[in-house]
Amino acid sequence: MGEKTAQPEVLLEIRNLTKHFPVGTFLNTKQVHAVEDVSFTVERGQVVALVGESGSGKTTTIRMIARLIPVTGGNIFFKGQDILKTEPRQATLDYRRQVQMIFQDPFSSLNPVHTIEHHLSRLLVIHKKATGRQQIHERVCELLDTVELKPADTIASRYPHQLSGGQRQRVAIARALAVNPELILADEPISMLDVSIRMGILNLLVQLKEDRGISYVYITHDLASARYFGDKTMVMYAGHIVEGGDREEIMGNPAHPYTQLLLSAVPDPHAGLRTKKAIVTRGDVPSLINPPPGCLFAPRCNRAMDICRQVRAGSTQINPGHLVHCHLYGTGGE
Amino acid sequence: MNSISTNSLLDIRDLKVNYLTTDGVVKAVDGVSFKIQPGEVVGLAGESGSGKSTIAHAILRILHPPALITGGQVLFEEMDILKMDELELEQFRWKEISIVFQSAMNALNPVMKIRDQITDVMLHHGMSKSEAGERAIELFDLVGIEPARLDSYPHQLSGGMRQRVVIAIALSLNPPLLILDEPTTALDVVVQKDILEQITLLRQQLGFSILFITHDLSLLVEISTHISIMYAGELVEKAPARELFENPQHPYTLGLINSFPSISGLEQKLSGIPGSPPNLISPPSGCKFHPRCPRVLPICSQIVPVTRQISSNHSLACHLFDE
Repeated sequence: MGEKTAQPEVLLEIRNLTKHFPVGTFLNTKQVHAVEDVSFTVERGQVVALVGESGSGKTTTIRMIARLIPVTGGNIFFKGQDILKTEPRQATLDYRRQVQMIFQDPFSSLNPVHTIEHHLSRLLVIHKKATGRQQIHERVCELLDTVELKPADTIASRYPHQLSGGQRQRVAIARALAVNPELILADEPISMLDVSIRMGILNLLVQLKEDRGISYVYITHDLASARYFGDKTMVMYAGHIVEGGDREEIMGNPAHPYTQLLLSAVPDPHAGLRTKKAIVTRGDVPSLINPPPGCLFAPRCNRAMDICRQVRAGSTQINPGHLVHCHLYGTGGE
Repeated sequence: MNSISTNSLLDIRDLKVNYLTTDGVVKAVDGVSFKIQPGEVVGLAGESGSGKSTIAHAILRILHPPALITGGQVLFEEMDILKMDELELEQFRWKEISIVFQSAMNALNPVMKIRDQITDVMLHHGMSKSEAGERAIELFDLVGIEPARLDSYPHQLSGGMRQRVVIAIALSLNPPLLILDEPTTALDVVVQKDILEQITLLRQQLGFSILFITHDLSLLVEISTHISIMYAGELVEKAPARELFENPQHPYTLGLINSFPSISGLEQKLSGIPGSPPNLISPPSGCKFHPRCPRVLPICSQIVPVTRQISSNHSLACHLFDE
């Protein structure tokens, strides 16, 4: 911990991260290009929202960062260390302590035959955060307090099925917090919860960011919640990042035709009825098995040019910190 | 009671539905009344478990045990659906009211061609095979799929297309009322927008009314003419869509609106609603929302609030508005 410098500390940097999944038979193996060439950085205390439709590669990306699945190509730098080099086979306990994950489905991320206390104390024991029954129990109650599950004593002795979805998601957050992580990877943490309790969970994550300086990679398909929680927004389409930058910049001044389409499709009663012209496009996401060259959005894009179908656009900076991968801006080609 | 004449298309009066579970009786729908006039799009919003879908199923009498309709009337053009026998129901369903279920795209039979599934309803209601075939082509045109796709199997179509097919099936007999039960929840937002625009267009062409059920209030404000808000089996507030969004009165509605961040406008801290929805086997006494209500009064835990009109088309059930 040196002097605090003007330059914010980069906690995580992923560079050209790529994941191909093999499909098909033994003799006729094909590759699904689930994530291709994804790069972004997360600064300390920053929330990076990764948005996109289902199948766009969001979850695959953070599963690679969490080291839950092997990486096909690219680098993950955590605090400046190329962790795929320093710990190539699997993540060390130390890395896992610093990088925790919250899953989408609080109904399946907890083991039904164990109490909440068991779930939380396991981490404390494995990561040697507490020893002795008394100390562990105290720490568990402290964690439950932090996520506003009260009375902590009672909750600790409950089984997952005795809790509501929102309470379970709070347990999942407490579990992530148990080891004092610096980065939390949150995979659609509110999308399966009741509407009225979603903001409670999101506000808890905001508070943890403010109190403890935790950074997040927040995955969502809901752009409004990305705007609410994220500092930076990265838009993914068919395994690629098409645009990224400061939240307000992306929401207010989207450059990529896909981002524009996505934003125009979000119901927004605040904007008044029919003030924005809907963008008409038809068509589907292309198959990610041996995808075509060029921009994968080109078949749906109403501004597609010849070059779009041939060459993938490199990244162009159109405003400070606002990057877009599109031939409409600057000269393309990698 | 039967003599009261209304010009409503659908008039639900004091509908009650219970689920008889081993743990006790769940009052899933507890005395709900509302009307749908011809040409209206009525949105029914609420959280999961608030009884929205149960109402839809009760309207079509497709509830199965342990669900039991224990009271009320569902009048469709002044016929009480709850009094119909099986034969009448068979004629009534799909011809007068049809429904598109949540993730209906998975409801298509994977081993039948789309053509056979779309003509099935029409054949059952007495159309000839050639008539039904022509109508199928017409319907595909209507929902924006190439008629050539009629000979596909469901797995050959995308999720959005399958949902369009299901909407085409629902429209096949030109019913005056279409129930859409979370029709786009399982779809991506771009596809959702596409389908909602299609539905709006079709409604303008064909003139049917819609009962639109969803938990997404911001969606409802865009698509519906009127919105009813449900909480724990009861209707707590009802108003024209814009009025409800701009001038919500019930603390629950307010909380619900405060649960949806926006992609435009000023950024503000949203509070959501503390606590979680109640267990309906032993619901809170008085107003069921009182344990979560930020403006709770002593009376709220004792007496169930009655529904009051606060203006000609805005009504709600809340003690804050008692005289």
